[in-house]
Amino acid sequence: MTATPMTPGVVPGRLPPDALAANFCDVAPPLDDHEAHVAADRCYFCYDAPCITACPTGIDIPLFIRQIANGTPDAAGMTILHSNIFGGMCARVCPTENLCEGACVRMEAEGKPVEIGALQRYATDGIVLAEGHPFKRGPATGKRIAVVGAGPAGLSCAHRLAAKGHDVVVYDARPKPGGLNEYGIASYKAVDGFAAAEVDWLLGIGGIELRLGQRLGEQITLAQLHADHDAVFLGMGLAGVNALGVDAANQRDAVDFIAALRQSDDLAALPVGRDVVVIGGGMTAVDAAVQARLLGAQNVTIAYRRGQDRMSASVHEQDHAVTSGVRIVTNAAPLAAGPDGVTLGYTADLPDGGMLNTGERVTIPADMILTAIGQRLEGVPDGIALAAGKIAVTGPGRTSVAGVWAGGDCAAGGDDLTVTAVAEGRDAAEDIHAHLMGGAVAPVDAPDMRG
Amino acid sequence: MADLRSNFVGIRSPNPFWLASAPPTDKEVNVRRAFQAGWGGVVWKTLGLDGPPIVNVNGPRYGVVHGADRRVLGLNNIELITDRPLQVNLDEIKAVKRDYPDRALLISLMVPCDEESWKSILSRIEDTGADGVELNFGCPHGMAERGMGSAVGQVPEYIEMVTRWVKQHSRMPCIVKLTPNIADIRKPAEAARRGGADAVSLINTVNSITSVDLDLFAPQPTIDGKGTHGGYCGPAVKPIALNMVAEIARNPETRGLPISGIGGVTTWRDAAEFMALGAGNVQVCTAAMTYGFKIVQELISGLRDYLDGRDMALTDLIGRAVPNVTDWQYLNLNYVTKAVIDQEKCISCGRCYAACEDTSHQAIAIDPGRVFRVKEEECVACNLCVDVCPVEDCITMRELAPGEIDARTGLPAGGHRDWTQHPNNPMVAAE
Repeated sequence: MTATPMTPGVVPGRLPPDALAANFCDVAPPLDDHEAHVAADRCYFCYDAPCITACPTGIDIPLFIRQIANGTPDAAGMTILHSNIFGGMCARVCPTENLCEGACVRMEAEGKPVEIGALQRYATDGIVLAEGHPFKRGPATGKRIAVVGAGPAGLSCAHRLAAKGHDVVVYDARPKPGGLNEYGIASYKAVDGFAAAEVDWLLGIGGIELRLGQRLGEQITLAQLHADHDAVFLGMGLAGVNALGVDAANQRDAVDFIAALRQSDDLAALPVGRDVVVIGGGMTAVDAAVQARLLGAQNVTIAYRRGQDRMSASVHEQDHAVTSGVRIVTNAAPLAAGPDGVTLGYTADLPDGGMLNTGERVTIPADMILTAIGQRLEGVPDGIALAAGKIAVTGPGRTSVAGVWAGGDCAAGGDDLTVTAVAEGRDAAEDIHAHLMGGAVAPVDAPDMRG
Repeated sequence: MADLRSNFVGIRSPNPFWLASAPPTDKEVNVRRAFQAGWGGVVWKTLGLDGPPIVNVNGPRYGVVHGADRRVLGLNNIELITDRPLQVNLDEIKAVKRDYPDRALLISLMVPCDEESWKSILSRIEDTGADGVELNFGCPHGMAERGMGSAVGQVPEYIEMVTRWVKQHSRMPCIVKLTPNIADIRKPAEAARRGGADAVSLINTVNSITSVDLDLFAPQPTIDGKGTHGGYCGPAVKPIALNMVAEIARNPETRGLPISGIGGVTTWRDAAEFMALGAGNVQVCTAAMTYGFKIVQELISGLRDYLDGRDMALTDLIGRAVPNVTDWQYLNLNYVTKAVIDQEKCISCGRCYAACEDTSHQAIAIDPGRVFRVKEEECVACNLCVDVCPVEDCITMRELAPGEIDARTGLPAGGHRDWTQHPNNPMVAAE
């Protein structure tokens, strides 16, 4: 019997293969040359441009757009990668409406920003997806640095260190590098194995050794890394998942759901419920909910316990969910789960920031509950000071332990975005370099340009 | 509704918009389409002597300068005069004129610089019913190498001589088309008037190389690895043309000589500007070559709306700005303005700041919150910020009231003092 979206329970193959392929194709296809030139012509080349300020990695956006407009997309790509080695992935996943595009003066002028994200992809794809690696390494320093975590923070740090002439060993617990780029992003945002291709390209600089299946506290320890290397950077992200606090047999971690989907080579084999309820209000909740719909779930609901204005998923993401057929229910906190579904208790946001349970409740059918209520730091070595549950850092990622730096989601501060992790890894690398090499602290500078 | 009917040196047309002698007016099919679209007149593409037809290059004839979004700002061409047999052109002109008696139909001419050649061609066109002739003394490429086109237009004595021949051997109105590739546009205009021309038309195209192919290292358009200078036209040349029209309009030697304005006319506004500077009508080419003949509808409605809005007749517009074109020395140095930024309209791009701080007078400050503010004590009123601002009317120039102190100079604004009266002028001090 063939499953359909109406089939009860958690079953695979609700949609035929061609429908699945269409659903999971590139959500924002790349600009062609003509589209890129039209889009680039809209940039005003602002003075001290607000878009640069809004970018956590400080990409010189007006410059790269001018380079596109004038027919040198590779120069544009290098301008981007100079500041952000993950410029390709950031072009795909950055919540640009909250960052560069939100700051674009065209928003003030006519409510339509320059398409910075799409232009960034146009410029970077030409380099990241091409043969060879454009950055050169500096003279060998003889220094050796351990990086824990092969996600955006760790690899950004590793790349910058390698460019400075250091040797880097990157450890990661998972079987593949890339971190959340590889495991945590909706499939339609980075199609055709882009995350893996980007990591391969990045490693092309040389001097970076990857050791996979190495979990901190299990196969490796900070003490040993510290002893064996000149410096250590911790960028292992948040391995722990917050628990729902509601007992339900059919609940699943949304991060795990997204990761399994990303790693699947046969979407028709992935089981999904008919009535899916996603608990949470962030990007992970949206990614999980939309993909559940795209797999063929008949009804998908995002339930968030606070008001819509507090949802950390951007408005663009929320719109994407709604237009994908996801229902968003706000001010509804999960109370219980059973055969009838999930029982949600309605809440109200109080002016003082608190939350009131109104006492009203509703039960909505759910044969699959995906929890996306945040992740937490797990497996922090003893002796590292924490702040608000994350690794406390000062300046460019210095932890409480000399010789140990941290960045990305595992470090306190920042807003848990890919682009922030890239910036933190890069800046920590500069600080490590300055620390190891002595003398004047080098300005935050990019490695040599194309060889 | 304003009456756009035009009478230019006795040639009547339903509106003052003519198509200039150029590729769009080379054939009956084009000219009929132009008249169907509503053009008031056409100057047929230049005819030459009877004989072996002109040959053109068989590679690209046009080069281009693009603005944002590939908007055509300027075209350059290396096409020669008509390459079709003379009799074919004459038969077509006659047929079109017969069917469109209300439209102006003129013939552009270019033949060698001897009286017999001119006499002969004039006799050939006599019975086409055409309304007049335009002498092509302007084309800067190709034909100039053979002693025609701009080679004649650059020598006032030749202009005068040929014009005289034409007036002697023809009863038709004669318009002399001038080349801008000279030092002083007044000289050829004066020569045309001396020769008896009924009018001048200007400008013809500007000598130019639009671009260089950086792979072939050759000018574009490139013909088998080589390029040559061509004639530049389109919106980019309009400022050059406006100045030349104005110079002729205000020159005592040529004052009153009818002018047909040419050079980058693309919109009704361009046309109105030419006419305000003294052009009795305008001729259009590049805009039609870019967008097709339909643009004339916008020219007509735009000019009509403008005249209606001001309750002006077309004749009120012609030459109205000429008295206000003067020499720098007569500009009032006591007239003071200051830039004002409308904070409601400002989108905080900062281009005014970059322009002023980097390249001008450091007269714009950035206040907290990216608020751009004019420093009146530094502002010389140069207008660069107004020009580079992407938002229309966001930055304007405020005129200081009489007696108001200029924060930069400490002097009161108002009254009139120009360079001829200024104490720093050695000529004044000598008195």
